[in-house]
Amino acid sequence: MNRYVMVGLLLVLLCGVTAWMTSIGEVGIFKMFPPSKVASAALRHMQIVAVAEALAIVFGILIGFLATRRAFRFISPVLLGIANMGQTVPTLAFIGIASVLLGMGYNAAVVALFVYAILPIIRNTYAGIRSVDPAVKEAAQGMGLSQAQVTWKVELPLARPVIMAGIRTSAVVNVGTAAVAGMIGAGGFGVLIMTGLAVRVMPIVIQGAAPTAALAIALDALLGGLEEWMTPRGLKVMKKAQWQQQ
Amino acid sequence: MIRLEGVGKTFSDGTEAIKDLSLEIKEGEFCVLLGPSGCGKTTTMKTINRLIPLTTGKIYIDGVDTSRLDQNDLRRGIGYAIQNIGLFPHQTVEENICTVPRLLKWPKPKQHARAQELLHLVGMDPDTFLRRYPSELSGGQQQRVGVARCLGADPPILLLDEPFGAIDPITRSRLQDEFLKIQAKIKKTIAFVTHDINEAIKMGNRIALMRDGELVQFADPATLLGSPKDGFVRDFVGGDRVLKGLRLLKAKDVMQEPPLTVKVGESPMQVKAHMEKERMRWAMLTEAEGQFLGWITCDDLQVSRCIRDTITPPTVTASPDTPLNEALSMMFDSAIGTLAILDDGERLVGVLSFEIIHDVLGRQTREFQPEPCGEEL
Repeated sequence: MNRYVMVGLLLVLLCGVTAWMTSIGEVGIFKMFPPSKVASAALRHMQIVAVAEALAIVFGILIGFLATRRAFRFISPVLLGIANMGQTVPTLAFIGIASVLLGMGYNAAVVALFVYAILPIIRNTYAGIRSVDPAVKEAAQGMGLSQAQVTWKVELPLARPVIMAGIRTSAVVNVGTAAVAGMIGAGGFGVLIMTGLAVRVMPIVIQGAAPTAALAIALDALLGGLEEWMTPRGLKVMKKAQWQQQ
Repeated sequence: MIRLEGVGKTFSDGTEAIKDLSLEIKEGEFCVLLGPSGCGKTTTMKTINRLIPLTTGKIYIDGVDTSRLDQNDLRRGIGYAIQNIGLFPHQTVEENICTVPRLLKWPKPKQHARAQELLHLVGMDPDTFLRRYPSELSGGQQQRVGVARCLGADPPILLLDEPFGAIDPITRSRLQDEFLKIQAKIKKTIAFVTHDINEAIKMGNRIALMRDGELVQFADPATLLGSPKDGFVRDFVGGDRVLKGLRLLKAKDVMQEPPLTVKVGESPMQVKAHMEKERMRWAMLTEAEGQFLGWITCDDLQVSRCIRDTITPPTVTASPDTPLNEALSMMFDSAIGTLAILDDGERLVGVLSFEIIHDVLGRQTREFQPEPCGEEL
């Protein structure tokens, strides 16, 4: 519970700082962003993240799962190679390429974020399902579970914690990447940060940076809780037992 | 009853795992598929529940061609347990045991009752273990749950792939004994894969010895040990095959009457007279009801002393169900020439001696080797 108290305090602090900066009104000749603008930036930021992440979850799990199937095994090394390599490409490059291909704006940002977010989900889904003990699958088949039942009742429950970890990583990274998307006119907190940097007014930078951090922290805590909740009890017991053995 | 007819399996890489194998496992029979690694025994077993599809041949269960059945229905009717157990780590012991009952949509109370019954059968306390997870069990306990799970929906046929393979020798031996007791009660038709000749002899009614995908010899353990068909079988069962054959016999099968017993009420004089009459230098002393007390030797017997003081208590005794190999080992271990066999009430029912066992071994070798089979050597 200590963790949640800390997260709560941090969130209060970051939101407080944002509210405080907004309340300054103006610095020298520069006006701060008004509360309505901050709110709409927040909404837009969350919208980009949510849409890109939702698409990434659906397609990432699907692709990761299919890559483990025998019929698609042959492409899985290529796919995983791309997934691993893709993550080494800087986010800025992704967004740049997307804006060149799709033009400036919201759509390009969502596509860039989607591509970037899907990689860890594919990788973790694949790894999670492949890590299921072959003996467990064999026993399931041997007792007469159908292929679909093996997938839904054995493989996916056992892979769930790993898949959730992939989703959590990609979602948190996405919040940060969405800030960069402000550069190609997609809106969000990136607009505030970049404006502040351009005119060298730190309070405006903070007005955008603090809520971005708050959003990432909140999302991480939320998904962490979800991961914990979705981990089958038997696996938690297993982890604990392994810990004690060490 | 399971019948394999001309079964063959060639994998996609061209390896021929089984070649034209025919085999019949009778109802209630414990059939062991034995052989070195890579001989095709596991593949053969997995063709029965169609985990491995056949290339050629047919398999019939109770006269029904299994390829005509729905593969999942077929498997739900056959118990399956493997060496690596494969318990579902995210499910409790109860959920694991009820895997097949759940697939067959048994009502919940019936499933629960079945799980309790089966845990009891494999010697685990249901109240303690039903709600545990596999990772909270020891290796031996997991193995027991694996066996309980394969019995889940009370299938008439069990396929067991080295189910006691991955545990320490002491636990393994105990589980084997317990499983034999269970089998005596439930009388399933069993195909049991192992590479361990001792396990095969201990467990099987009949042993199918395989090599390179072919059935070499299919016989009961005594025949396999007594008259191996060729050099391969002889090598596989081992140079000590005659000694291994001892475990197929029990003390009660060969024991003889004690040469001289005296009751505790008799006087030293009477005992001495008995000994002289029988030309024995020792006698076995029992209570009036036959409970064994120990040995008396001629030298210890002094006229002046009470007979109870002269007893040498037994260092080791065996029961009528003790296998001969264990009995022989006990005799070597405690350096005695005669082993007393006692029943449940500690009553003396017979004796074993080196001469008796020697005679048995001689008889076995003569009976089982009618013709010299040296042509492969």
